[in-house]
Amino acid sequence: MRRIIISLAAIGGIALGGGWLATAPGSVSQDALAGLSGDPLAGEAVFWAAGCASCHAASGAQGDARLVLAGGQRFASDFGTFVAPNISMHPAQGIGGWTERQFITALQHGASPDGQHYYPAFPYTAYRLAETQDVVDLWAFWQTLPSADTPSQPHDLGFPFSIRRAAGVWNILNLQDDFTITGDLTETQARGRYLAEALAHCAECHTPRDALGGLDRTRWMAGAPNPSGTGTIPALTPDKLTWSEAEIAAYLNDGFTPDFDSAGGSMVSVIANLAMLPEADRLALAAYLKALPPVGE
Amino acid sequence: MKTRSTFAAIAAIAGIAITTTATFAQDVPAAVGARQGQFKIMALNVGVLGNMARGNTEYDAGQASAAAANLVALSMLDQSFHWPEGTDNMSIDGTRALPAIWENLPDVVMKWEAFGAAATGLAAEAGNGLDALRAAIGPVGGTCGACHDAYRAPQ
Repeated sequence: MRRIIISLAAIGGIALGGGWLATAPGSVSQDALAGLSGDPLAGEAVFWAAGCASCHAASGAQGDARLVLAGGQRFASDFGTFVAPNISMHPAQGIGGWTERQFITALQHGASPDGQHYYPAFPYTAYRLAETQDVVDLWAFWQTLPSADTPSQPHDLGFPFSIRRAAGVWNILNLQDDFTITGDLTETQARGRYLAEALAHCAECHTPRDALGGLDRTRWMAGAPNPSGTGTIPALTPDKLTWSEAEIAAYLNDGFTPDFDSAGGSMVSVIANLAMLPEADRLALAAYLKALPPVGE
Repeated sequence: MKTRSTFAAIAAIAGIAITTTATFAQDVPAAVGARQGQFKIMALNVGVLGNMARGNTEYDAGQASAAAANLVALSMLDQSFHWPEGTDNMSIDGTRALPAIWENLPDVVMKWEAFGAAATGLAAEAGNGLDALRAAIGPVGGTCGACHDAYRAPQ
């Protein structure tokens, strides 16, 4: 009897230990970064494409204020309210004291320098698809950003989401290392896919989620309820978004629909980001959207 | 006789027009219809300018100036009667106006005035060539976005 109990305890212990290990955060290896050096100018384009300022600058910030990543914007969700942290260059309140490797681990593995999981409100799920050179360039650009001394505010989450380790389980279910749209793409469509899926993380709002908050990849860009309020985030699939590629690219630059209604909600900030990119990138995004599979009803 | 039949025809057309108006008017309160109408006029005139800026239509100094002047005129409409309490998207259907408008009226007024200032700047430049138009329309778009970002729900 005693032996059975010990065996069961051992099995349980192994299972728990296995689960603990499986949910541990990953990190980028030093080897992966060896020999790469960052170009801040190229990193600025990555910064705008990746939309960092949309969540981490102050709400409604314009112009140079969008480079002040003091955090503080609140994001309501089914799991509680997330508050964007200070990721400015401040050495204590921000991330100015981080190493390049810590920064890239955060971006691509969703893990903090002290080995804690971030919550997937932070789209490391998308950023992990980014080219290493791009994130190295981004960190080089980051060194040019201002410092802000605003302390980060805690998230307001209910149990069990308040346990950060839960994000490790979520990661096992949801992290993937491939693009969602596969198949033969032109060079332009592939560039658009890279921008949309790895950097601009369009799907975070435009794709519906499952009960645990993971993206429903079978309904990619099919539109979704607005997580932070009323209304619906529109579908981007070609059966629903019938604008021409030129109209889509123009909208992503000047913020006007083909009827010259203006963009609203979070798209205002997204367009402020995308307007900083070369025209070819906006056309690439439009070409990618036209290559999405239609979702129907 | 001819006069009479013409009159009858006009009355018939007017009857149709009134019926149609009534059908639309049932959907939303008059104040909501009015403010949506002013935004439609705005969009039409921004479209004249935006299509020139995008290169979709040929630049025309006279048309550009006229459209910009319309935007300035719209910005001067007194808004007192367009935004009664209880016409937000939580209270009624058919509007995307967020309740936050009524919770932040001084900020809303400030944003509306920013639109007026940008439209005035555009009106000063719209007739001075395509490059001048392109430079001056951006700030107008920015003021549209600034208000819609904060105070209009997605579709």
